[in-house]
Amino acid sequence: MELLTIKIWFVLEKVLLIAGIIGLSLFIAMYTTYAERKVAGWMQDRHGPNRAGPFGILQPLADGGKLFFKEEIIPLASNKFLFVLGPALAMITALVTSSVIPWAAPFVTKEGTVIPMQVADVDMGILLVFSIVSVGVYGIMIGGWSSNNKFSLIAAIRGASQMVSYELPMGLALLAVLFMTGSLKMSEIVSTQIQHGWHIIYQPLGFIIFFICALAECNRTPFDLPEAENELNFGYHQEYSSMKLGFYLFAEYINMFISSAIMVTLFLGGYDIPFVNEASWGLPAFWMTFISFSVFMAKIFFFLFVFIWIRWTIPRFRYDQLMNLGWKKLIPLALLNMIITAAVMLLLKK
Amino acid sequence: MQLTNRSKQVDRSPMTFLESIYLWNILKGMGVTIRHFFKKKVTVQYPEKQRYFSKVFRGLHVLNRDEEGRENCTACGLCAVACPAEAITMEAAERLPGEEHLYREEKYAAKYEINMLRCIFCGLCEEACPKDAIYLSETFAPANYQRKGFIYKKEDLLIPHPIKEKEAYEKAKSGRVDVKKKD
Repeated sequence: MELLTIKIWFVLEKVLLIAGIIGLSLFIAMYTTYAERKVAGWMQDRHGPNRAGPFGILQPLADGGKLFFKEEIIPLASNKFLFVLGPALAMITALVTSSVIPWAAPFVTKEGTVIPMQVADVDMGILLVFSIVSVGVYGIMIGGWSSNNKFSLIAAIRGASQMVSYELPMGLALLAVLFMTGSLKMSEIVSTQIQHGWHIIYQPLGFIIFFICALAECNRTPFDLPEAENELNFGYHQEYSSMKLGFYLFAEYINMFISSAIMVTLFLGGYDIPFVNEASWGLPAFWMTFISFSVFMAKIFFFLFVFIWIRWTIPRFRYDQLMNLGWKKLIPLALLNMIITAAVMLLLKK
Repeated sequence: MQLTNRSKQVDRSPMTFLESIYLWNILKGMGVTIRHFFKKKVTVQYPEKQRYFSKVFRGLHVLNRDEEGRENCTACGLCAVACPAEAITMEAAERLPGEEHLYREEKYAAKYEINMLRCIFCGLCEEACPKDAIYLSETFAPANYQRKGFIYKKEDLLIPHPIKEKEAYEKAKSGRVDVKKKD
């Protein structure tokens, strides 16, 4: 009977929000590819794409259109079901993660109903993100394994081991943050930061570790070993063509977007506007939501730029360097960070 | 012995912990890339803007005329002999009475072809020519879809007529630097 009590407006509101967020993620991912090429160009003293439309802003559409018209090839020796499942899984997991992120300050209507700008404010929000991200490894693993190619297989193994090793320090860095908030709820993590200041001030080391691990989780340079172009011929998506390849590439950029959003939520105060108390402005509810959303997006864009900036600066790690950095450097540092946080909090409580 | 003073002794001491997390060196590298990010770009946006060529650039060939619009070439074949890529072919013909306004001397090239795919733009034909009949201009051969499009006939190579097409002639002539005057 409980299901019957759900209001139609509630369903409509959530459906709209989901559609909006998915559309936004796809749009941002599309233009991140453009930004990537532009920034790459500028950093290499070139102009980047500037032929398709003014300043080349139609370039992502041209790229997408091209991918759609490419021939769809499924290798004979591959496992066909898994071969199709791989990119689908990568795409779905990339999109689902966005469900628990609070995108803006809650919207309060004139009647006083609060509409949270978040699809689901579940109690263990950040854990949900982590569990979905670890399912995301299967996209790479299944894709690499089912295409029955030795390069893809090596890439899949690399990807899996890299993801597993870097989830550990990531989780440890996150634990220190959770000590301070005392809650796994994303909305609570943001509201404690609005009250007490951003976590990056209290947790600079934790933030750096989390950021490095986020790079590794997104398979971005310098951790792009699963798709190492020059040693593995694009790794796990070597056998893919047409839109299945497009899904993999797209999922990578959506992952970048979502992980930036998560980093902003965890360490940079989410949609909080720094240095001011926006609640005292007395703005209409719509503008409050809109401004907080823009601030949130600005922070995300900053992170996306840093992601791209790093990619066009440093070369790829060697596999042993990757493992050394993960297990011998980041995990001890993250453990240390966690213990110090716990000790300081214990001292302050007394 | 040192050739330059720029060589550095390689430091092979093992990395310290801070070095081994690479952070500082990565930040330094990011500093380099962000500096390039704001630098002036060197690209020349080709179809809209053309590169500046130096005055001695060796580009597409031009068959010269004198002031009255008569062809200088006498089909002596010295350019074809000088050509290391064997890109030049020509057929000579004798000037008939009444053609004095067309050709400067009593022999002329009835057919003159340069294969731009063979040509290496060395400029030896220009040096070999005793009549100042061929020189290399400041443009390059444009792209073409077919091989035969790269074989330039006499009509393609001849400079515009100095009296009949004065403007085009001046334009074609203006880019030329008289290297031979020097010696």
